[in-house]
Amino acid sequence: MRRLLPILLALVACALPLRAETIVAGLSREAINITANFEGSEILIFGAVERNAPAPEGELEVIITVEGPAQPVAVRRKERVLGIWVNAASIEVDAAPSFYAVATTAPMGEVISQVEDLRHRVSIPRAIRAVGVGVAQPEAFTNALIRIRESEDLYQLIEEGVTLRNETLFDTSIRLPANLVEGDYRTRIFLTRGGEVLDVYEQDIVVRKVGLERFIYNLAHERPLIYGILSLAIAIAAGWLASAVFRYIRA
Amino acid sequence: MQIYLPIAEVSVNAFLLLGLGGLVGILSGMFGVGGGFLMTPLLFFIGIPPAVAVATEANQIVASSFSGVLAHFKRKTVDLKMGVVLLIGGLIGAAIGVRVFALLTELGQVDLLVRLCYVVFLGIIGGLMFFESLRAIRRSRASGGAVTPPKRRQRRWIDALPFKMRFRTSGLYISVIPPALVGLFVGVLAAIMGVGGGFVMVPAMIYLLGMPTKVVVGTSLFQIIFVTGFATLMHATTNYTVDMVLAVLLLVGGVVGAQIGTRIGTRLKAEQLRILLALMVLAVCGKLAFDLLVMPSELYSLGEGAGH
Repeated sequence: MRRLLPILLALVACALPLRAETIVAGLSREAINITANFEGSEILIFGAVERNAPAPEGELEVIITVEGPAQPVAVRRKERVLGIWVNAASIEVDAAPSFYAVATTAPMGEVISQVEDLRHRVSIPRAIRAVGVGVAQPEAFTNALIRIRESEDLYQLIEEGVTLRNETLFDTSIRLPANLVEGDYRTRIFLTRGGEVLDVYEQDIVVRKVGLERFIYNLAHERPLIYGILSLAIAIAAGWLASAVFRYIRA
Repeated sequence: MQIYLPIAEVSVNAFLLLGLGGLVGILSGMFGVGGGFLMTPLLFFIGIPPAVAVATEANQIVASSFSGVLAHFKRKTVDLKMGVVLLIGGLIGAAIGVRVFALLTELGQVDLLVRLCYVVFLGIIGGLMFFESLRAIRRSRASGGAVTPPKRRQRRWIDALPFKMRFRTSGLYISVIPPALVGLFVGVLAAIMGVGGGFVMVPAMIYLLGMPTKVVVGTSLFQIIFVTGFATLMHATTNYTVDMVLAVLLLVGGVVGAQIGTRIGTRLKAEQLRILLALMVLAVCGKLAFDLLVMPSELYSLGEGAGH
């Protein structure tokens, strides 16, 4: 894949007519199948910038984000009550992406302005929608959410992780961990100059379970009683089998 | 070898799960405890979502208990009549427990209350068993190694209760109320704490009902199978949290371990068995208490949001 990349990039760059400063991009894979031995996946995101006029002043930057399905999350803080550590204050984050990765060509502060970040929700704190209700410092809670998810590789900030060649060709690779949630993973590519967003490109990566994983998941949700009985049957059969095997060994 | 669990939606090492299953299975076979009070916290530690861990563990306990109870049936150390009385109480208790669990979840403190339950129950039971076993061992040593004949039990309040029934295998003639209540209580705990409840039932049978130690293990396993089976079905149909792949891996290790454990159990003396179980119960209790008392390195924790 990596060896093919420059050729692909060159093809992409040549094949297209020149218009404004826009993005032409591709993904190494558009669907990720979760199989029984799924260990995570790496996706390659690459593309080119096409322009009809010479590049204007200022450094051209590229930001690439991959965002998993959003879910509500409860963030709780422990406090010491009567000598025991107890969940005390908590906030409800309305929608936090189950996975979020941002790769940039330069440090975050240099590639996008505050206003644009707010508008497009690019940086990790902006990607989380939280309404702090009745808590003194809601930032402490959202920061904790980010810290915990970063430690699990679910949130990744990869500054200077995007390679940009001749202000035209760019590529990056983003590693998706094994504990992925099913759904559409929105991939966005931002082209910025002087902190202003010039163009946005969006594409979804479909992450889904296949094969046995799909079968078990569907059975559990669509025929829960049968699934439950089947689970018990397997358990009892395994218990009996082990007992029989050991009796045979002893005899 | 990593394996992706379809319901838990996490990827874990298959050999780790087999090993955990095996280790807990050995203990389960030795002591007649389902092992849930060890396995459920262990599953939390390796990153299985708590709801899935509790439900799947119930399923796994069915397997290891079934494997264990067959061995006990062979040696005729199951008091079926007593088991059925315990079971009736257990099913009612489990149904109550599921309601209580739902209520606690609503209050948002279910985690703390479950932990406190563990610390209190394990602490009391472990402590009682430990000192009682020590005394028993000292007594048998004092009488020159010979096992002292069981003393005639004194009449207690339990003997005054109505609805008496003869339990031949246990050699008891007692009211059905205490065993039914023990079963009920264990059923509640099974649903709330995600365990089989053997660690409560075994001591209750020995010290409260006065059952002979040799039938206690088999009879408790018999009751646990049905109560945890019932819990598995409840979890599967209401919460969709039973993970078949996780259960299979745990139970393959578990059933093998349980067989080995049952064999080890028959070689040890009852007092030694009890003191070992007591030490294990106290160790788990100590670890849980320590976690509650010491400042955690991460004060914040994430939970499933309810959504607005």
